[in-house]
Amino acid sequence: MADGVTTRSAGVAAVAANGSDTGRDGGGARRGRAWPSTSWRKRLEIMFFVGPALVLFALFVVVPVIQAVRYSVFNWNGLGPMDDFVGLQNYADALRDQIFTDAVMHNFTIVILSVVIQLPLGLAIALLLNREMWGRSTLRVIIFVPYVLSEVVAGVIWLLLLQPGGMVDAIFESLGLGGLTQLWLGDPDIALYTVMGVLTWKFLGLAIILFLAGLQGVPRDLYEAAQLDGATWWQVQRRITIPLLGPTIRVWAFLSMIGSLQLFDMVWILTKGGPANSTMTMATYLINQGTDRSRYGYASAVAVLLFGISLILAVLYQVFLLRRDNDDVPKPRKAKR
Amino acid sequence: MSAPVVIPAPRPVTLDPPRRRRGGRFSGGGPLIYAIALVVVATTLGPVIYAILGGFRSNGQLAADPVGLPDPWVTENYINVLTSAHFWRLALNSTVIALVTTAITVVLGVMAAYPLARYRFKGRGTVALVFTLGLLFPLAVAIIPLFLMIRDLNLNNTLWGVALPQAAFALPITIVILRPFLMAIPLELEEAAMLDGASRIGFFWRILLPLSGPGLVTVGVLAFVASWNAYLLPLLILSDPASQTLPLGVASFSSEHAQDTAGVLAFTSLAMIPALIFFLAAQKRIVSGLQGAVKG
Repeated sequence: MADGVTTRSAGVAAVAANGSDTGRDGGGARRGRAWPSTSWRKRLEIMFFVGPALVLFALFVVVPVIQAVRYSVFNWNGLGPMDDFVGLQNYADALRDQIFTDAVMHNFTIVILSVVIQLPLGLAIALLLNREMWGRSTLRVIIFVPYVLSEVVAGVIWLLLLQPGGMVDAIFESLGLGGLTQLWLGDPDIALYTVMGVLTWKFLGLAIILFLAGLQGVPRDLYEAAQLDGATWWQVQRRITIPLLGPTIRVWAFLSMIGSLQLFDMVWILTKGGPANSTMTMATYLINQGTDRSRYGYASAVAVLLFGISLILAVLYQVFLLRRDNDDVPKPRKAKR
Repeated sequence: MSAPVVIPAPRPVTLDPPRRRRGGRFSGGGPLIYAIALVVVATTLGPVIYAILGGFRSNGQLAADPVGLPDPWVTENYINVLTSAHFWRLALNSTVIALVTTAITVVLGVMAAYPLARYRFKGRGTVALVFTLGLLFPLAVAIIPLFLMIRDLNLNNTLWGVALPQAAFALPITIVILRPFLMAIPLELEEAAMLDGASRIGFFWRILLPLSGPGLVTVGVLAFVASWNAYLLPLLILSDPASQTLPLGVASFSSEHAQDTAGVLAFTSLAMIPALIFFLAAQKRIVSGLQGAVKG
């Protein structure tokens, strides 16, 4: 975070310098024919540098996204000609299918629960660990472990931990809570919350690490001043640390939201969307309908809906929460100096 | 991290010890903090340790007591995995795909980021915006057409069928992180190089690339981790077991050997440990990359 200042001023410097760059080119034009050839050469260079990335990006990102929109208005099984135009029928079908609308609700539940659970928990742990203590750097590495594991590996381990008579049940029994054990992934009323618990284990580390990194940007002298004024630890956290951490928190919540909307891997490993579709997400529904049942037109409509929902939420979030940071940001950054 | 309390110069030296101790309330660790830290560590590492130790137990031991330590230690599960050609095949596939993805991402990414950072040309903003908007396209949205396209190109079950789309989807974040990085390299260096007769390409090759090493490592690590852990795309593209990657192998091993819990734990542990060590060693890079993405 600290190098934000350098980056920003360097950016300004680059813009200013670019201005003088054009000036130089202009001078060349006045002097002789240098300008057109320079510009031609420059254009070639730009093509050489940007071209390959643009081609790859267009071919494997832009084209498929456009294709998804096109497929979505056809009834098509992926083989043979795509000639059964059905208009918006696929969209209407998806929105009428209760399994899909439930899947959307599951995604929203996960979006909200992720923030509601991970924000206070992550913040509390980050604030408590943000101090000189023995083994701090080791601790940070350990906290990061679940995040760098693949969701498949984490999912398979949790699948075994959660099986009936597995370690989770054993821990409940050893705590005298044996009566509370459930069919963690087998009971449609419980499964979504079990998945939520595993997701919390997997992603809480990211929140903590980002918050800790943000905390390093909070200037020390502010704490000192507050201390001299007799503020308690809690007051310092509430009045100084958390407000200054605002931008980090809002960006983390944004990342968490986007991730929750696209959730696939963990659910596919743990439950495949079951039991009785109780953990179905938009992405698992899409794969279930698309590659498993070859309803490619219909699955593409679901993909477009998934994108639309993510985009609307992203824009709303940007407008209502992140935009504030554009005014906020210079303040804490300046304070760091 | 600097010392928790910086003592202002004019303050009498005699006041220091009590100040420092009071500072401890803010920045030192009491027993409660260590207790909380211990709970966090136990919860975080518990499942991982369970998997590693579980691989050293027999299915009988696991059934009798899910929580206990190996008694006696059984190495058979691990040896079975390590002597199976299929496991090494999966590891090799994962490594090659991750390396190819990383190489494409980093090379094309830094090339594209260079003019976007340091040239002034018409359409620069538009091109930069195209890549930035790419951050908003999740793989899931494009997965159906991608799957059909790779099939029609006859690239399914090949490393290119996974590496090329993965690199394409990794480009936006790579460019978003690298661009400010390249902008920060002082203009004086460029002018000096030009005065000495270097072309822009010469400047890119001899000065910019060596100077942007840390940034390249960061985006490279991010691309490698994403590829190594990827599941959705390989799941659709790599149907032939001989072409699969470790996450696919772990998933299918665990469903095919559902009764052999100890075997599954050994397989999973071996699939995660080398990557875990590498990723944790690169942890600082990953964090700085994520923050870079966050800052935009």
